[in-house]
Amino acid sequence: MNALARLGRAVLDALARLGRATRFLADTVLALPALARKPGLLVRQLYAVGVLTVLIVLISGLFVGMVLGLQGYNILVRFNSESSLGVMVGLSLVRELGPVVTALLFAGRAGSALTAEIGLMKATEQLSALEMMAVDPYREVMTPRLLAGFLAMPLLAALFSAVGVLGGHLVGVELLGVDAGAYWAQMRNAVDFYDDLLSGVVKSLVFGFVATWIAVFEGYDAVPTAEGVGRATTRSVVNASLAVLGLNFVLTAIMLNGE
Amino acid sequence: MSTRAVETAVGAFVAAGLAALFLLALKVSNLAEIGGGDGYRVEGWFENIGGLQVRAPVKASGVRVGRVAAIEYDDSHYQARVVLEIDRRYRFPVDTAASILTAGLLGEQYVGLEPGAEETYLEDGDRLAITESAMVLERLISQFLYSKAAGD
Amino acid sequence: MVSSDGDALVVVRDLHFSRGSKPIFRGIDLTVRRGSVTAIMGPSGTGKTTLLKLIGAQLRPDAGRIEVDGRDVHRLGRAELYALRRRIGMLFQSGALLTDLSVYDNVAYPLREHTRLPETLIRHIVLTKLHAVGLRGARDLMPAELSGGMARRVALARALALDPMMIMYDEPFTGQDPISMGVLVQLIKTFNRALGITSIIVSHDVPETASIADEIYLIADGRVVAHGSPEALGRSADPWVRQFLDARPDGPVRFHHPAPDYAEDLFGAAERAA
Repeated sequence: MNALARLGRAVLDALARLGRATRFLADTVLALPALARKPGLLVRQLYAVGVLTVLIVLISGLFVGMVLGLQGYNILVRFNSESSLGVMVGLSLVRELGPVVTALLFAGRAGSALTAEIGLMKATEQLSALEMMAVDPYREVMTPRLLAGFLAMPLLAALFSAVGVLGGHLVGVELLGVDAGAYWAQMRNAVDFYDDLLSGVVKSLVFGFVATWIAVFEGYDAVPTAEGVGRATTRSVVNASLAVLGLNFVLTAIMLNGE
Repeated sequence: MSTRAVETAVGAFVAAGLAALFLLALKVSNLAEIGGGDGYRVEGWFENIGGLQVRAPVKASGVRVGRVAAIEYDDSHYQARVVLEIDRRYRFPVDTAASILTAGLLGEQYVGLEPGAEETYLEDGDRLAITESAMVLERLISQFLYSKAAGD
Repeated sequence: MVSSDGDALVVVRDLHFSRGSKPIFRGIDLTVRRGSVTAIMGPSGTGKTTLLKLIGAQLRPDAGRIEVDGRDVHRLGRAELYALRRRIGMLFQSGALLTDLSVYDNVAYPLREHTRLPETLIRHIVLTKLHAVGLRGARDLMPAELSGGMARRVALARALALDPMMIMYDEPFTGQDPISMGVLVQLIKTFNRALGITSIIVSHDVPETASIADEIYLIADGRVVAHGSPEALGRSADPWVRQFLDARPDGPVRFHHPAPDYAEDLFGAAERAA
């Protein structure tokens, strides 16, 4: 009975959190029109979540592409079809690895920073101070961050995939001697613009939205102490990563069904 | 950091991201070959399409000239209706034959066009009169075995 | 006093508020006269800061009414509430400066947000306000480079930027060295006397607060236990007032957190086990 009561409490707590998060999202979205009058806020956040994440995304993309080249070559060469290496590298990057790995990196790099920053703003009463200065903290703090994450993610994922394809070329073509023409032509034959590339972009838009929503909400919902902000940051990364992986499965299933 | 430096960095980031998207669209995906979908559509009925899929290539003399736009089962003909989207650059006579072929022994299936001799050309919405179904490997084998048996 | 009293800027009537199941206020009544310095004092954890947030309508009471300038703050629409808040400054305990803006931009922030003044005029106002708190020379520093006392003075300059009718000070003296404390006392007094800004101070620093307050409200257990001028409270024989003002460790507020009997707690278990 005790365990049952605890389970019930946990479920109720989770529902309450979801309710708060939804309300928070509504307030954040409602402040969008007001943001149009201060576009500088969005630019500054694009810098924080986008520009500062580029380097880690580029490096990771390059290495992932190189590994794909190496592993793909070793598997394909057994079937005498190493000329299909481009297909394997291109499809895995554009459909799955680009959006997913970028979103995971984003949650770890930009998401954690967002949570910590907003949690700290709450702990140091900056959010309260904005309210008392008759400034809407959603327009000033939450909305530009959510929008910036939503916009930055597809761009980051595109950079990841593009660098990854080049990394695959580097290893597969330059190092292992796959024919360059076959690499690119087969890739272009197999990667469909609508089914693969655009569905990857849709995925990263969804991931950007959800990962940023979680990061910003966890910061806003943090217990306003040093410990509370630390916990919120951990929770933000864990929850955002799980949400990305879970949603990836759902989205992939929907997209494959739609074909 | 000054506002100008931030703006410049963000501008560079957005430009690089968009450039990466373009690279993916043009070099990695088949967008360049789809050509924005400004082709004309013709339809044909096939007894059996085998493993043909939507977006499979349409080729003439081995050159890609279009793609398969739609496949459905038509229960008024009890046949498969296949819609081909053909690039506007290419014209084909109305008596062109379409057959479903396989690239290599077990490769991807595509639609091959064999131009006829008429003076008038296919237009949007036209129907391909001559179609040849896909080769189905099991049938080929059984035909081969029967003919062998009959020959003996 | 009734709410129609033209002399009262803030009127709190029968205020009830609780956090979760824990009651914070159980019927608070207080009145802040225009142009006065009113202090709200009490032990830590009595919800003094919460009271300021209720007055600023950041929190909603369970029952009761708060009027500021004759209007019930919890019945105002968002636009009206924001219009009212523009006329109220608040000094937060930590200063609450925006960390990514310089001192200058922090003070300019409310002006840029709420006015369409040209930059030259904003510069003029910002430097005047910073000069008033003695930090005109610190305009280019970032909040992280300021000491606690300096941060509070910058926050004070920011609170003054829109020439408010009232400033609420949340624990302005806590954690300050004697010099900073003296500076803040002086500033609060000056702004009140020279600019006629009504001030509400939440504090538990008795001598500093008593030196500038016109009226003191002592709050404990969610109620006002005493109020009056510092002199009147100083003469009070009420044991609660005496304990708080004289900083006695034991009195109506017990030194010990509620606990079972000491001897029983120490030895009872051992005896029962024996």
